Amino acid sequence: MKKTGAQILLESLCLEGVDIIFGFPGGAVLGIYDELLNSPIRHILVRHEQAAVHAADGYARSSGKTGVCLVTSGPGATNTVTGIATAYMDSIPVVILTGQVSTGLIGNDAFQEADIMGITRPCTKHNYLVKDIKELARIIKEAFYIAGTGRPGPVLVDLPKDVIADSAEFNYPESLNMQSYNPTYRGHRGQIQKAFKLILKADRPLIYAGGGVISSNASEELTAFARTLAIPVTSTLMGLGCFPGVDELSLGMLGMHGTYRANMAVTNCDLLIAVGARFDDRVTGKTDEFAPNAKIIHIDIDPTSISKNIRVDIPIVGDAKDVLKKINKLIQEEKEDWTSIRREWLDQINEWKNTYPMTYEQRDVIKPQYVVEKIYELTRGKAIISTEVGQHQMWTAQYYLFTKPRTLLTSGGLGTMGYGFPAAIGAQIAFPEKTVIDIAGDGSIQMNIQELATVAQYNLPVKIAVLNNRCLGMPRQWQGLFYDKRYSNTCLEVSPDFVKLAEAYGAVGLRATKPEEVVPTIEKALSIPKAVIMDFVVEREEDVYPMVPAGAPLKEMLLV
Amino acid sequence: MRHTISALVLNQPGVLARVAGLFSGRGFNIESLCVGETLDPSVSRMTIVTRGNDQIIEQITKQLNKLVDIIKVVDFFGNDYIDREMILIKVMAESSSRAEILRITDIFRGKIVDVTPKSYTIEVSGDENKIQAIIDLLKPMGIKEVVRTGKVAISRGSKGI
Repeated sequence: MKKTGAQILLESLCLEGVDIIFGFPGGAVLGIYDELLNSPIRHILVRHEQAAVHAADGYARSSGKTGVCLVTSGPGATNTVTGIATAYMDSIPVVILTGQVSTGLIGNDAFQEADIMGITRPCTKHNYLVKDIKELARIIKEAFYIAGTGRPGPVLVDLPKDVIADSAEFNYPESLNMQSYNPTYRGHRGQIQKAFKLILKADRPLIYAGGGVISSNASEELTAFARTLAIPVTSTLMGLGCFPGVDELSLGMLGMHGTYRANMAVTNCDLLIAVGARFDDRVTGKTDEFAPNAKIIHIDIDPTSISKNIRVDIPIVGDAKDVLKKINKLIQEEKEDWTSIRREWLDQINEWKNTYPMTYEQRDVIKPQYVVEKIYELTRGKAIISTEVGQHQMWTAQYYLFTKPRTLLTSGGLGTMGYGFPAAIGAQIAFPEKTVIDIAGDGSIQMNIQELATVAQYNLPVKIAVLNNRCLGMPRQWQGLFYDKRYSNTCLEVSPDFVKLAEAYGAVGLRATKPEEVVPTIEKALSIPKAVIMDFVVEREEDVYPMVPAGAPLKEMLLV
Repeated sequence: MRHTISALVLNQPGVLARVAGLFSGRGFNIESLCVGETLDPSVSRMTIVTRGNDQIIEQITKQLNKLVDIIKVVDFFGNDYIDREMILIKVMAESSSRAEILRITDIFRGKIVDVTPKSYTIEVSGDENKIQAIIDLLKPMGIKEVVRTGKVAISRGSKGI
């Protein structure tokens, strides 16, 4: 029996296990929207296409599944670009379905036409234009396969209107034979042996864990590896949660706003074991002086990440879970008491911790760090936290001790303001019972604040904690430090009344202006089973410390 | 260093744009790029000449390999291979210089492919030095136009890539 393109698309999605789509309709995709009414797939109507991608991305990060979004052609498609680039930089599996004008009109500057293939080529893992309905099922299968395997990433499928309306026999391919795409999962045994020998010989080893540990679900293996051999762990922003932040061996985040002990450990270690991390410039600082005394082992599924920024001694291309499993097997036979062997190194790290602990002083104005710390305490570290981008993001990374993977959703690579709120929506859809909190700045939250309508429509109890300092905090901090306090356009003279704004959308608005109001405000918000904006009026001039100025070596930290 | 890279790619629209975009997006330079179908019409072969230190070339080959449409990438650097380029040269041919141009063309095993009372168009293929040499020799005659294909390259020996 023949089926329409829309039917083939939706049935293919069902066969891929998709039950949620985030989207926004328009002329080119009305055929698909019409068919959605007959489909078991639930559609979440967002208010801006950028939010559709971020929501699919937040859904993917929190659940480990591939997120899906559906938008129309032209402006609908171009509005997704920031969301796609965000997912691309952080290696998040998302399938973006865009409408396109009919095949006969492509290239004719038709109404609502955009060359979305050309526009998104540099920020997708792969993209497709479906020119023939006979290719549709195969392309959908390939899109999901590519998005979710190897180093995950966004895949865009452009769907011309006539292809969606056309009809054909539906045969979903059972398997794929892709000549040109074969990610390497298994780490090379010889390289693993070499790495193992180096690990046993090291006096001051350090694990540097990134988002790849989370993508490959390798937290358990990483934790076992670190604990068995008593190796301290520092993680990137993207890696937070892959190793329990409360563990004795946890050094917290490294890099520009990393902890003193993590950055000192990197500078002084004699072996750095990088797992699923890509040596981003926010992590390395000045590359020539990054881990200057260390041999480097780098485990990554993406060969292009290896030796891109920092030369490594032992590259291991493979899935972090597979490689760590193999290393763990080797270390099982090592019966030494590694904690005693490493005593000197661990003591040194503790000394650094005690010299410059993460600290702030709560006086009569609310400190943003205090808010984050209280959110951590009151949720007992069990919430899913998303963030926007800026100072609040760094305070969240510093003061919320993530203990489980997939509990921090943040735009690490692209640094997308406006990411956190729609990502929280995606996570809340994936986990309706969990507490999901977007920790935001007053600047960032305004980038996608229209999504309050989405949370209202679907009764999503997302909580938003606005650390309101009446300015674009991070650029203002940089202007203070590097531009002689010439605050050019970083002070937000006018912002909405967030409490009234929440009420306007049918949510609840709460405000705290004094330190003693912080805890009751969070407690109240957590007890309300609907969306809440908490407006915390915080210290305006507070800066994020410690800090390594961009391009400086990690040991040159500006401290409190 | 200069490297000649050969890539087998799926023969479908957009592949060239992906490759070119990869180079421009990451700040790598393409000196020449030559594409054509292989024996298998679903596969094309690209010969890319580029320049960079070891780290850049390593990134280029790895990034190319990462593209979903690319089947195989080989860097010929340090290997025994043959490369050729073809050039069409339109040169002014006055009666005084016509014999000399013919002689040069003959020495370079070139062919005259178009003649007018005032010009010859010459086809020559060969490696880069040979192409440069004929250009240098013909320059004094007055070259009107030059079209080069860019290099194609193949490894020596019986094995393919």
